[in-house]
Amino acid sequence: MDALLFLIFAGIAVICAVSLVLQRHPISSALSLVGVMASLAALYLLLGGEFIAAAQLVVYAGAIMVLFIFVIMLLNAGTEKKIVKGPMVRFFALPLLVILLGILGYVVQSLLPVSDPVNFGSFTHGAPADVGRVLFRNYLLPFEITSVLILIAIIGAIVLARKEIE
Amino acid sequence: MNFLLLSLIKAGIVAGVLLTTLAYLQWIERKVIAHIQLRVGPRRVGPHGLLQPLADVIKLLTKEDMLPSHVNKFFYFLAPFIAVMFALISISVVPFGPEINVFGIQTYMQLTDLNIGVLFILGMSGMGVYGIALAGWASNNKYSLMGGLRSSAQMISYELPMAMAIAAPLLILNSLSFREVVNGQGAYYFGFIPNWSIFHGPFPQIFSFIIFLIAAFAETNRVPFDLPEAENELVAGFHTEYSSMKFASFFMAEYANMITVSCVATLLFLGGWHPPFPAEYGSKFIPTIIFAIGGLTCFYHAANPARRLDKFTLPVFGVVFLVIAAVFMLPIAGKILLPFFWFASKVGAILFLYIWVRGTLPRFRYDQLMRFAWTVLFPVAIINLFVTGLAVALESR
Repeated sequence: MDALLFLIFAGIAVICAVSLVLQRHPISSALSLVGVMASLAALYLLLGGEFIAAAQLVVYAGAIMVLFIFVIMLLNAGTEKKIVKGPMVRFFALPLLVILLGILGYVVQSLLPVSDPVNFGSFTHGAPADVGRVLFRNYLLPFEITSVLILIAIIGAIVLARKEIE
Repeated sequence: MNFLLLSLIKAGIVAGVLLTTLAYLQWIERKVIAHIQLRVGPRRVGPHGLLQPLADVIKLLTKEDMLPSHVNKFFYFLAPFIAVMFALISISVVPFGPEINVFGIQTYMQLTDLNIGVLFILGMSGMGVYGIALAGWASNNKYSLMGGLRSSAQMISYELPMAMAIAAPLLILNSLSFREVVNGQGAYYFGFIPNWSIFHGPFPQIFSFIIFLIAAFAETNRVPFDLPEAENELVAGFHTEYSSMKFASFFMAEYANMITVSCVATLLFLGGWHPPFPAEYGSKFIPTIIFAIGGLTCFYHAANPARRLDKFTLPVFGVVFLVIAAVFMLPIAGKILLPFFWFASKVGAILFLYIWVRGTLPRFRYDQLMRFAWTVLFPVAIINLFVTGLAVALESR
């Protein structure tokens, strides 16, 4: 059952990711991205990370992507035009991409340490309380630094936006 | 019993009850608003217009389904599906009562209990925005687009104070699972004041409750925050180009969201299915008394009819009410029905508040709406969360 669900949601994620790149219209691309993020949330849930799954859904699929779509709708962005490609691109692009991905995959796999295969249901510390405990005990400093970073980003965004009005 | 079979039965019951409530909520809304405005409301179809929802459903199903020529077809069809799907999914984590025993089967009056239940509902309501935003955009109509834009901006803005308001009682109750949240509110102070979040000492969550309700009105696009469908500015807003069943699905989504939000408010702030005072002081007789009074009132008005038909319709209602009153006295039914009665009456009270506000308040202007969210509601929610956190920290010391 777990493996079946994994295959379904992994399939949806990959299909949505491919469609994200292939779609011409920004709204279609953005919605494909929502699909990727929602299926990733389902995968986290399968692995036992309940809180991470919920956060993925609320923050990424919910808040951030709604903001994306809001901006696309506000700017009224139309369909992207197809850029005219030369013969070189037309014949070599796809084979070269496949070769690049193959080499990358091989290198990454040979560099990474061999890890145990993942078992569905073996990880049971994904509840909100567990995540909170780890976050505020083991990783308190990185967490606080991240919040300061985000604050800086917010202030920067406001400063940049103000300049444009003048 | 088989888990799958049991879940299917429960899902069927929940879906049936939810959809019936959806249909009749609209009837109640029309009736209440009519009486607020000194009208009588729907009366033609069935006694007191009770079959009006059925007539509406038939009307919506059989109306011509128009497809405007200028829409983006794929998203135009997808939008109502998204809206109604995410509105209905949320109900699956809402518990309607405690663990019950039906014909020897031990089960919970809830479809599933997630340990992230509260977050799940927040996530689903966040995803529901896509339905409205896409409907506005795909219709390719400036009024629809404005409606979609307004709704997404409004929902992003009000989701923040809403999440902050939810966080405060969760700090006290110490869990994200709805079942544990309600179980944590079961005790009584001095034996009679319920330990619901809004009464919880030392810092009662009454501010969180009010903030949550205001944000919930905005999240569900209801008056006074129904800017996305402001008739005098935007025709009908995001669903201008929709007709027939597709229009009805947006309607259903709005009412389903109202019910879900009222359920969440009941569970987090009003103690779920716990009665307002303990059973030993007689709270288990309250439903019987209420229904008996209702039944007797019906008989009284049937004896002195204001309208000609009342002589025949009201005694039927009177008998129905008295039968319900008798059912509540049965010990076995009382165990299942009593918690559900308290839960349903609290949800009903909040739904009535929704309708009451709709009949009373005018609509905000859009800039007022946004300024209110960011400069009033959000800071108040943060201060409230901070004080609650302080109170919890001092309490646990």
